Amino acid sequence: MPDVAPFRQYQLETAYDELFLGPNTPRPHYRLLSERLRELPPDELARRQQAADLAFLNQGITFTVYGRDEGTERIFPYDLLPRLLTAKEWDTIERGLAQRVTALNLFLRDIYHEETILKAGVVPRELVYSCRHFSRQMRGVSVPRDRYVSIVGTDLIRLPSGQFAVLEDNLRVPSGVSYMLANRLVMKRVFPQLFSSYGVRSIDHYGQALLATLRSLAPQGRSDPTIVLLTPGVFNSAYYEHTFLARQMGVELVEGRDLIVHDNVVYMRTTAGLRRVDVIYRRVDDEFIDPLAFRPDSVLGVAGLLNAYRAGNVALANALGTGVADDKAIYAYVPAMIKFYLDEDPILPNVETFLLSDDRQRQHVLNNLDSLVVKAVGESGGYDMLIGPHSTIEQRSQFRDRIIANPRNYIAQPTLALSKAPCFIDGKLESRHVDLRPYILFGDQISIVPGGLTRVALRRGSLVVNSSQGGGSKDTWVLY
Amino acid sequence: MLSRVADSLYWIGRYLERTEHTARLLDVNLSLMLDQTPAAAERRWERMQTYLAWNYEGIPQTYALVQALTFDVSNASSLVSGIGAARENARQVREQISSEMWEQLNRVYLQVKRTTMDQMWQEPHEFLHNVLKEGIHLFQGITTATLSHGECWHWLRLGQFMERAMATAILLDVHFAETGGTPDDQTNYLDWVGLLKSCTSFEAYCNVYTADIRPERIAEFLLLNAESPRSVRFAADQVAASIQAIASNTLGRRGDRVKRLAGRLQASLDYGQVDEIMADGLSGYLATIQQQCQQIHTNVYQTFISYPVETALV
Repeated sequence: MPDVAPFRQYQLETAYDELFLGPNTPRPHYRLLSERLRELPPDELARRQQAADLAFLNQGITFTVYGRDEGTERIFPYDLLPRLLTAKEWDTIERGLAQRVTALNLFLRDIYHEETILKAGVVPRELVYSCRHFSRQMRGVSVPRDRYVSIVGTDLIRLPSGQFAVLEDNLRVPSGVSYMLANRLVMKRVFPQLFSSYGVRSIDHYGQALLATLRSLAPQGRSDPTIVLLTPGVFNSAYYEHTFLARQMGVELVEGRDLIVHDNVVYMRTTAGLRRVDVIYRRVDDEFIDPLAFRPDSVLGVAGLLNAYRAGNVALANALGTGVADDKAIYAYVPAMIKFYLDEDPILPNVETFLLSDDRQRQHVLNNLDSLVVKAVGESGGYDMLIGPHSTIEQRSQFRDRIIANPRNYIAQPTLALSKAPCFIDGKLESRHVDLRPYILFGDQISIVPGGLTRVALRRGSLVVNSSQGGGSKDTWVLY
Repeated sequence: MLSRVADSLYWIGRYLERTEHTARLLDVNLSLMLDQTPAAAERRWERMQTYLAWNYEGIPQTYALVQALTFDVSNASSLVSGIGAARENARQVREQISSEMWEQLNRVYLQVKRTTMDQMWQEPHEFLHNVLKEGIHLFQGITTATLSHGECWHWLRLGQFMERAMATAILLDVHFAETGGTPDDQTNYLDWVGLLKSCTSFEAYCNVYTADIRPERIAEFLLLNAESPRSVRFAADQVAASIQAIASNTLGRRGDRVKRLAGRLQASLDYGQVDEIMADGLSGYLATIQQQCQQIHTNVYQTFISYPVETALV
């Protein structure tokens, strides 16, 4: 056990520890950070944490919690200590993600056109068709450059062996990138010396890279495209992020009611008349985006947008119907997709996944519910999920019933020991489970800003890192 | 600029002006109460309800009335509703206004939410003047100092001065109608001072006319003075200037009609003579002014914000 002042109560466990190689021995790239922590006067960390919190509050970097009225804007809990990644670790992550996103794009194109992968029997046809996010409206529609997913946030976890694995692909409207950028901004203010002595790769160009990606999707012949960011509006939990990204890119932030479709062309209503829109970075879910094609009760969408999109007059990022590829049951087939389309072995492995529509696998899962994690296939944000070892008998029996009633709707995975990193909690350093969400852009080419959002399960022992479930975040430093 | 953004900016301007106006009326009324008979004070509270086009349901006790106009969130005319509506509009255009503006507006809102009726009742002036009026004035100063004086700024100004022109016209109309408003009526000195103070114009009036309070001069000052930022004429000048700027910013000839309407209002105030106005009937004149303001508002919406799609394909 490390017995030096700030680490006195720090526990090492079976999970991979991001900082310590063994008791009292930091990993080489963390040595500078741990020395710096030992040198700091006892109250200094607390003082800097306060400064950081205040910076977030003043800038209004908040998210909205659903289900309560006023006073629902909260700051996203932020942990002071950075999470470090070496150049070598990042190289593997970068190559692995590029490979994965390439294959997922090919898969999406394929299932909405030729269906070669279904014909070859690599992915079961009924699994694709029974997916809630499979979109019949997209059959045979060609999308600009065949880019179905241009903006991806993939959740990675580090296994006890130190290897990174993919836990989830977020291919619809991944969020959190503004926190990555805001964390960095605050970090540079709070730890300038440490930051400069480490040599950290910059992430500041994300806004520009996102703009270039969106620009590359513009319909043919629109050389100076008008790009907009479509938000569900001020009540959305990620509204801060939408305003932030719009400002970073210098594009208009629009709501559904600002857009009009006329003769299959999308316009926005401005004080100078209607202005044609070419590319929409939409942060509205598929089912709400066009009341004529999807949910008729949606007031967030734009009537007629799907037809304009099918006519090729406007580009959407991401495309519609991409949720089929981040379905948690389809996820199990991503390694096979990589093999099928690219003839390569996956660089980043998947987590072992049991498909509950399969009788034998389901029986195994039902017999071992207390050691497994069960997740609904189409959910995100940590909702509708059972963590076996932390569950009660009652919860397990509820999930048993739900699985039997609708096996296609669930998958199970072993309970994984996510890696742990030191966090500053109640004046002490304690270890907490973390994951990593890097942000991948795919326009002309794939680009990944070096870093991502390290999410932290702030409750002791918890494995759930989602912000909606009491998670926080850390700045992530990729070293040269 | 997006029409929705323009709409929000316009209403930030209007709501803040309206909130400031209500706060000032309350402040003036509460302090005049100390010098007046209960009967006169009661008349003043009734008049105030007419100014605000709002009716208190129930027995109009001062405490309950003031509470309804300050902290009652279910009352759209209350201060807390006004500042809340302005903030909600600002939240929807946060990427368009400066961070300093947002932070100031947020600060005033949080201060209002934190104050209880009992705290306010102990020191009404502290709350109405220091928190609200000064808070809003600071917001306006920050706006002038930090926001580019482009289209965004003009939409805020348009809202602010539209509201001021209409509110001042209503104030004059109600006051003259109820007090008779015959020239040289000296009987109700305090009420006439109250009217000037309700427009932050007592000192400015004295500078022009000395402390000799005469209704006709008050009407002239609040309606036709070219220099006082509280006069209807000044507000109309600002409205016309902002419409001019917005129209030239958005090109085309679409703004011609609304520019003409604003110019007509401006001209009728620029060339108005108070003796003629009084002779022809102040009430009729003020009604025309309000009507013209309403027309400008409607036309601004038809031209820039909720225009029919067919007319605007460019």
